[in-house]
Amino acid sequence: MSKILVIAEHQCGQLNASTARTVSAARAVQPEAVEVLVLSDAPDAVAADAAKLEGVSRVLTVARAENAHPLAAILAPQIAKAAAGYSHVFLPSTTFGKDVAPRAAALLGVAQVSELMGVESAHTFTRPMYAGNAIVTVEADPAQTVVATVRTASWPAAGQAAGSAPVEALALEATLPTHTRFVELRQARSDRPDLQSARKVVSGGRGVGSKENFDIIYKLADKLGAAVGASRAAVDAGYCPNEMQVGQTGKIIAPELYMAIGISGAIQHLTGIKDAGTIVAINKDAEAPIFEVADLGLVGDLFKIIPELEQALG
Amino acid sequence: MKILVGYKRVVDYNVRIQVKPDGSGVVTDGVKLSANPFDDIALEEALRLHESGVADEVVIAGIGPANLGAHLRNGLGMGADRAIHVVSEEAVQPLTAARVFLKLIEKEQPGLVILGKQAIDDDSGQTGQMLAALWDRPQATFASKLEIADGKAKVTREVDAGLEVIEVDLPAVVTTDLRLNEPRFIKLTGIMKAKSKPLETMELASLGVESGDHLKNTHYAPPPKRSKGVMVKDAAELVAALKQKGLL
Ligand SMILES: Cc1cc2nc3c(=O)[nH]c(=O)nc-3n(C[C@H](O)[C@H](O)[C@H](O)COP(=O)(O)OP(=O)(O)OC[C@H]3O[C@@H](n4cnc5c(N)ncnc54)[C@H](O)[C@@H]3O)c2cc1C
Repeated sequence: MSKILVIAEHQCGQLNASTARTVSAARAVQPEAVEVLVLSDAPDAVAADAAKLEGVSRVLTVARAENAHPLAAILAPQIAKAAAGYSHVFLPSTTFGKDVAPRAAALLGVAQVSELMGVESAHTFTRPMYAGNAIVTVEADPAQTVVATVRTASWPAAGQAAGSAPVEALALEATLPTHTRFVELRQARSDRPDLQSARKVVSGGRGVGSKENFDIIYKLADKLGAAVGASRAAVDAGYCPNEMQVGQTGKIIAPELYMAIGISGAIQHLTGIKDAGTIVAINKDAEAPIFEVADLGLVGDLFKIIPELEQALG
Repeated sequence: MKILVGYKRVVDYNVRIQVKPDGSGVVTDGVKLSANPFDDIALEEALRLHESGVADEVVIAGIGPANLGAHLRNGLGMGADRAIHVVSEEAVQPLTAARVFLKLIEKEQPGLVILGKQAIDDDSGQTGQMLAALWDRPQATFASKLEIADGKAKVTREVDAGLEVIEVDLPAVVTTDLRLNEPRFIKLTGIMKAKSKPLETMELASLGVESGDHLKNTHYAPPPKRSKGVMVKDAAELVAALKQKGLL
């Protein structure tokens, strides 16, 4: 029987939404137990949230000052130690999980499955390759611990359980390196919904033309209560910060509504939105590849259409 | 300081990937192959560190079949000083690649290793982190800025929340993100010079590396197709359609 350890992702004392999605993937393996490990300097609040996730049978915490920031070199040795007794170790395929999981897998001497999107059996999974242009069935060695990152856009968030799973402190003997030090996290504070979990996303591309012009994307998003995304070209050109990039090398998202405005629809961008419910494309070029995947397409100048849209929205 | 750069060859990013009808893989015959874009960025960064005097030698290494030499010559043409070709007819998985690189590190003793954050064929994104673990050295993944001074690297990393800055002691493994730099084009003079630069080949089997290819890729399928949508004629029609879908 399988027993799965999910590594919680958290920030500022809050459980990240990616963890609940990772728990869903773990439950799809139909294991005997899904347990969550919280590595933090102050794990209590995060652990309490994780304990309320449906399907979680136990939450383990390791409180160490070194865990104040998610540094892979610090976390991986603890995860490798904690993995004993588990058949699977799952992390979300966010920059957190992508950074940590391979390091933990290598310490365990095992392969790692990236971007797990489907579960066929306890050791058979599907995952994307080639920017999502091939879906590969992967068989892991049943004799080894399966370390995987979970493609969060492929999984719903686990619901809230009626009660709370027990929370226990875990004693780990792990010597931690001092060669890696956190300096700072620079983030643009925003009251807008989080791009990775938002139900609606409005994205702008190179067609928006400038940082100043990008305001019309923010305004439309605010009107819709949507998160804001961008193409790589828009980020590279400095119209908006890097954390807004959607695509193969940015965020992979699955909102109910995705609006691509002034975005051509390059394969690397489309990889990030394949699981969106409804895709709307606004582009002045009727031949733009984005229209091949759009559920609703509108050809025209975005600077004319967006004000009209806002008006029609009332 | 010597810099070791991973230089993988992959299907060019512009190619529309076709899955073989029998599901045994993707079509690679006659398909354009190029340097992994993240590896060009890794090489560019190493070359800049060389030009600014931080590094004194840039060595590129690739794992691949006998004909990988031409690809490595391109890297030499871009400006690398030396190339190492680890010959393997079969593609290797990240854990094996990391073990191979560890062998090269033991031999070359670099002060910095730069790899791409992912290769755009298998999109695994693991080798750098695995290598850092096996080497027991720091890792700085998804780098968009790299500053080196006093035996340390200050690295700005593109993370989901924004930009994270960390400091690591050298030697370390850095993996590149797209915004670290814009790789230069290979000049004709570079190609001419590359012909006389050293390119060492060694058989993978000769390195005594235990295979970490524990995953079996048993079947390839094309992704589910999204059905073609409809065109609307103006903003009002778009709003009406969204309302009808219950999205507004
Ligand atoms: C290794 C690699 C990884 C990559 N990863 C990503 C990724 O994660 N995410 C990503 O997005 N890209 C990624 N890319 C880049 C990708 O290939 C494209 O270059 C990029 O997505 C293009 O962005 P864009 O659509 O905004 O710009 P363009 O392709 O330049 O398109 C701009 C569009 O705007 C339209 N337009 C212009 N003016 C107007 C107007 N006034 N009104 C309406 N429409 C207008 C144009 O018709 C055009 O279709 C990656 C590339 C590589 C090589």
